[in-house]
Amino acid sequence: MSIITALWALGILALVFGAALGYAAIRFKVDADPLVEQIDEILPQTQCGQCGYPGCRPYAEAIANGDDINKCPPGGDTTIKKLADLMGVEAKPLDAAQTPAVKRVAYIREDECIGCTKCIQACPVDAIVGASKQMHTVIVDECTGCDLCVEPCPVDCIDMVPLASSIERWKWDLNAIPVKVLES
Amino acid sequence: MPTLFQQIQAGKVWDFHGGIHPPSRKERTNQKPVALLDIPDRLYIPLRQHIGVAGKVLVKVGDRVLKGQALTQADNAMAVPVHAPTSGMVLAIELHTSTHPSSLAEPTLVLAPDGMDEWRPRKPLDPEQVDLYTLLERIQESGISGMGGAGFPTHIKVNVKQPVDYLIINAVECEPYITADDMLMQERASDIIAGIEILVKLLNPKAVLIGIEDDKPIAVASLKAAIGQKDNYFVREVPTKYPSGGEKQLIQLLTNKEVPAGRRPLDIGIVMQNVGTAFAIAQAVLDDIPLIHRVVTVAGETLAQQQNVLALIGTPISDLLNACGFQAEPKQRIIVGGPMMGFAIADWSVPVVKTTNCVLAPTENELGAAVEEMDCIRCGACADACPASLLPQQLLWYSKAKDQDKLAEYNLSDCIECGACAYVCPSEIPLVHYYRVAKAEIRETQREALKAEQAKARFDARTERLEREKQERLERNQQLAAQRVAQQQASGQASQSAAAVQQALARTQQQSDQPLDKAQIIAERERKKAEALAYQQQKQQAQTATLAEDTAPVTAEDPRKAAIAAALARAKAKKQAEAQPETMEQPAPADIVAPEVDAKKAAVAAAIARAKAKKQAETQPETVEQQTPAETVVPDVPDVDAKKAAVAAAIARAKAKKLAEQAETQPEAKATPQQTLSAEPEEVVAPPDQDAKKAAIAAAIARAKAKKQQNSEPL
Repeated sequence: MSIITALWALGILALVFGAALGYAAIRFKVDADPLVEQIDEILPQTQCGQCGYPGCRPYAEAIANGDDINKCPPGGDTTIKKLADLMGVEAKPLDAAQTPAVKRVAYIREDECIGCTKCIQACPVDAIVGASKQMHTVIVDECTGCDLCVEPCPVDCIDMVPLASSIERWKWDLNAIPVKVLES
Repeated sequence: MPTLFQQIQAGKVWDFHGGIHPPSRKERTNQKPVALLDIPDRLYIPLRQHIGVAGKVLVKVGDRVLKGQALTQADNAMAVPVHAPTSGMVLAIELHTSTHPSSLAEPTLVLAPDGMDEWRPRKPLDPEQVDLYTLLERIQESGISGMGGAGFPTHIKVNVKQPVDYLIINAVECEPYITADDMLMQERASDIIAGIEILVKLLNPKAVLIGIEDDKPIAVASLKAAIGQKDNYFVREVPTKYPSGGEKQLIQLLTNKEVPAGRRPLDIGIVMQNVGTAFAIAQAVLDDIPLIHRVVTVAGETLAQQQNVLALIGTPISDLLNACGFQAEPKQRIIVGGPMMGFAIADWSVPVVKTTNCVLAPTENELGAAVEEMDCIRCGACADACPASLLPQQLLWYSKAKDQDKLAEYNLSDCIECGACAYVCPSEIPLVHYYRVAKAEIRETQREALKAEQAKARFDARTERLEREKQERLERNQQLAAQRVAQQQASGQASQSAAAVQQALARTQQQSDQPLDKAQIIAERERKKAEALAYQQQKQQAQTATLAEDTAPVTAEDPRKAAIAAALARAKAKKQAEAQPETMEQPAPADIVAPEVDAKKAAVAAAIARAKAKKQAETQPETVEQQTPAETVVPDVPDVDAKKAAVAAAIARAKAKKLAEQAETQPEAKATPQQTLSAEPEEVVAPPDQDAKKAAIAAAIARAKAKKQQNSEPL
């Protein structure tokens, strides 16, 4: 007798909990993978495609699906470190060794430009203005330095130049001056 | 319990956390009158001397400017102009080392004074007669920005909508050595008070509090005398302690209020102005003297005369020092600003700017160079000294680790960089420098984040636009096809062409999905061939007609065509350069783009490129058959093609000639190129105007010549 009561009690409990869990699974369902969003947030959004994916979001999805975190040259070590923290994996050095040490932007030598619009089509962030058979130029503030316009240029008139340092962007030199005043 | 205002009226002064008492060394300069300097030989006037943006330059090189004349124009709210400190000639507008710890070059106007010191016409204002807008405009146009150190445009700071309880005049001047404000108060107290009155008119505060350290008794006395019996003006002496002159610290001293983190004093009803700014406002309004000079303390034991001087804005620091009897030591350091917050300069020709209050030329014993930094022993002395009640040792830890989240958590942004922590540190750690680096990095990160956000938005917009355009194109094509079918069916021509259209339609829709069978492709190709042939004939006829009629339009078109052809040649050269290994004995075609190589090589390379291009064009007809009709036209019209090639050849040769001419000055490439090249251009430049046959012949000759050259001269 007592064993049957126990079975009943356990059975009912199982049903109740099963129903509760089932309801919760539907009610609190996570729509998309928030991990992709988080990864996308960390990536530098240059849309350069150097990782082998067409843009930053596809790479974010790939990372979420287990791809390596060290394929983003524009992001550099900081991005890898953040991704490693987020993904809970070991940070590793950048895959491609040619990480640009300084920020660079594209520069079109305007008198050599033939107005072919090929670079305009290549630019992922629409940072090049110009029209067919008209001179093109780069909007420096919008350029992400992704290098994608250099290759398509038929006359090789695009250079990647280091961004000029300015007083606003200058970082303090640690060995500037001492602040110590000796006691007189 | 008395109210705050009653307490202030009663003369109560509060205290702030921390602070230090470095030796003040002010007695060296605070009893000598402000000296006037001779006008220097050159004035270097940076176009931007404040926080904000530079104005638009109004003068050009070679102009004569009068004293007080505006050199730039404030074309937006964050801009204040700069003025000519004396009359003279604008020598240059160029990059010059800036008076900034980075020593980066900034646009600077170089003025050669003519010694006449001739004023522009001046229009003094009576503050009682004019409205507030005129006053604000005058303050902006006179180039006044905060003279205490930060250099924030004054007209923005005093143009407030909120009610202001207290106007605080900062006359504390707490940093060692500096006595510029002290001397100004001793000598020009009444002008300062006049300036304060103008500020009162603009801000309408409940009370004016003048905060001044108790080690300046003469200044206090002269200010009190100048104020006289005015209501609600309070001179408050605060105990000598560094950094009482910090904005937030002085507010706490005088009103016991704390400015919340990340907010401005205005949010708690307080506006603070430096005493030097008040003086500059008085001069600008009452005498129409823009900000063209300021009092600078020049001190340090390498100087024969340590004193305050009235320096014109733009005076090189070296001139300032020499006027005070400067004897440089080996490894002499020059510091702009005080010993606590100033910075060493490498280039002594940097100018005095609106925020320069002190120049120090200390001996090695007086202000020692940096000693070696040791590890933090976590004694906590820095936390005791910090006037902002931060935890400097924690900030140091996280600055070294570059942990920006933790730095924000420990309120790095509230650090006023006063240097008190570094002063008391027994391990000689330059704490403030770590914070400055960390702050710069945080700013950079924020900038990057903003940029990434913008880039993402632009990328998304572009993707969306491309998608939309693709859709639109597809829809338009479908519509056009449908229209055509309808038309043709209506006109009864339902036979061959309609079938072709339908076929084309089917192809556009299914191209990617399934490959067409061979018979279809062949039929399609035949049809295109026929179309192309018809088109060619038509075009040829048209061309011969135009050629016969008039050659003028062709010539007009020539430069463009030539440019295209030249670009084509360059493109081909590039392709070849990529394809060919560099070890080949032939001259590398990439030479065409590099203008430094000698002219001969370039000519030969151009010829080769041309020949190759031609050969490619000749071989093309076989492969082109499968391509679209538009492309088939080009190789089958030989005269057009030949002409283009000829034009290209002419251009290439002209370029080579130019190079040869340039090379005349260079010793290496003198002899042969001129001889081989000089004859050619005359022969071949003409053909474009004449008929196609001649052009073709010319091109052939050019080619042959090029070939001969190539054969005869191994390179």
